[in-house]
Amino acid sequence: MPTSARYTTMLDLLIGPFIEFAFMRRALLGTLVLSVSAAPIGVFLMLRRMSLTGDAMSHAILPGAAVGFLFAGLSVTAMTIGGLIAGSLVALLSGLTARKTGTGEDSSLAAFYLTSLAIGVMIISMSGSNVDLMHVLFGSTLALDNTALILLLSICAITLIALTVIYRPLVMECIDPDFLKSISRFSSIAHYGFLILVVLNLVSGFHAMGTLMSVGLMILPASIARFWVRQLEAMILLSMLLAFGACVAGLLFSYYISVPTSPMIITSLGVCYFISIFFGLNKGMITTLINAKRKHLSA
Amino acid sequence: MPLPFDMMYHLSIYADRVISCAFFLRGSTISTAVGSHLLNDPLPAGLGRALMLTFENLTLGYDRHPAVHHLNATIVEGEFIALVGPNGAGKSTLLKSILGQLTPIEGRVIFHGITKNDISYLPQASSVDRTFPITAEQFVATGLWQELGAFGQVKKHHRVRIHEALIKVGLAGLEHRTLDALSGGQFQRLLFARKLMQQARLLLLDEPFGGVDEQTVEDLMQVITELHQGGATIVAVVHNLSLVKRYFPRALLLSRELIAIGATAEVLSQDNLNRASTIGFADKPDADICAVHDHA
Repeated sequence: MPTSARYTTMLDLLIGPFIEFAFMRRALLGTLVLSVSAAPIGVFLMLRRMSLTGDAMSHAILPGAAVGFLFAGLSVTAMTIGGLIAGSLVALLSGLTARKTGTGEDSSLAAFYLTSLAIGVMIISMSGSNVDLMHVLFGSTLALDNTALILLLSICAITLIALTVIYRPLVMECIDPDFLKSISRFSSIAHYGFLILVVLNLVSGFHAMGTLMSVGLMILPASIARFWVRQLEAMILLSMLLAFGACVAGLLFSYYISVPTSPMIITSLGVCYFISIFFGLNKGMITTLINAKRKHLSA
Repeated sequence: MPLPFDMMYHLSIYADRVISCAFFLRGSTISTAVGSHLLNDPLPAGLGRALMLTFENLTLGYDRHPAVHHLNATIVEGEFIALVGPNGAGKSTLLKSILGQLTPIEGRVIFHGITKNDISYLPQASSVDRTFPITAEQFVATGLWQELGAFGQVKKHHRVRIHEALIKVGLAGLEHRTLDALSGGQFQRLLFARKLMQQARLLLLDEPFGGVDEQTVEDLMQVITELHQGGATIVAVVHNLSLVKRYFPRALLLSRELIAIGATAEVLSQDNLNRASTIGFADKPDADICAVHDHA
């Protein structure tokens, strides 16, 4: 086979499904938009040591989505609004409890999200079938309708604009919250604004990826990026690329070997993470070993 | 038969008032056996006389147990004063109340012609996350917040100032190091570089020299002196008494109650220090309700 023909075949394998099927193109657009907005959020979650907060918040969304489902069936709008309300409520209540009582935010968040999750499971099992639960838990990447796409696009736009606005205070809140608190009122704006962005992106993610998987698209790219670059901006950019790359890979894999899409996306990120632990240029285990063997500088 | 404590206290206050009234015009530091905690501040000559802070019958504490008890004192503009006292004497608590982080149980802190925005505070243990991916230079730039806010652009002249600040604290050449690659002393210097950017009128420094070497202390004292000459008022919690005697013209000795305030040499007399160290700080679960109210 001539070289050019082989390349054509490769290319066919890679972009063929997207040319051929509209649902694949929709999925591609949806995941691209999601990657661009969720990845930077993930970087800040990771740097604020809130990686597991994202996970907790994704569970907190459940009862809201369930109530939306109860009233309007599988309606994107209803489930989104419900999820937003439940998520923001848990975020604000746990934040307020922590700040007003001086108890840790981890314990207050755990208390609120677990209660919220329990209520959610109760509502779902009283009203729907297991199929609905599967949809909520794992999403439907390959069945994004127009409403869902518009929602993903608007949340992406909101996230990027809001992040631009609160970028400086948010970075300062991450580095030195007490300092920011002592000189401006932006501290709580940055803190709560960021939490709301987390909720927004989880809600957006839960249509495409499901509640369980949506956090993965936030946290895993950030954790991988940290192994390769040092600068914050580079970290954000790299994690966006990684997230989108994983989405493309996940879509193709699920197309060719028929595995569920969103778990496939997260699994491919997981593989990347595992490789980065060893070979990452910044604090990767093997890289560190090699550096230790190199001759040191004089100053 | 000894008088009950609160009656003694009242008596001492009245005695004090009489004495301080009598000696007010002379402005001398007098040390009396009882109640020298209410002496009028002798203002050192040559300082600006505008009042900046007044602590008026200030009682601060945690769970109703006082950490600072009925404090009356003033800080004037241009002051360079050390806050001295044993651990647990209420020094940090006092600073926190100035910042508004702690609501007084009784009394108040009065601001004269300054607002919270004019204050720059260096906490004892900084809340800085030193693993955050940011360089020393960028960290110093966060001190420009009051000038730039959330959106202002860092311009050329700002960069020049950042660079100058880093040189002043002796960190030239480490601009591009990330925070996790700086030593404890270097990081303390970096905090001062950020202070230099802020151009605050009142500097509250809580143990700025914890765990740093002598050279760093020298350099940082130089920076503080420079800030003072630039017009800033300095209030610093310092434990090293020889340091206080060497650099600080005035001192405030606190041991839950005010022991003395005034010229450093007089405040740090052996007699005063002994009295400061004999006050116990344990919470007494069966403590009576304090009988002193609103005597200021």
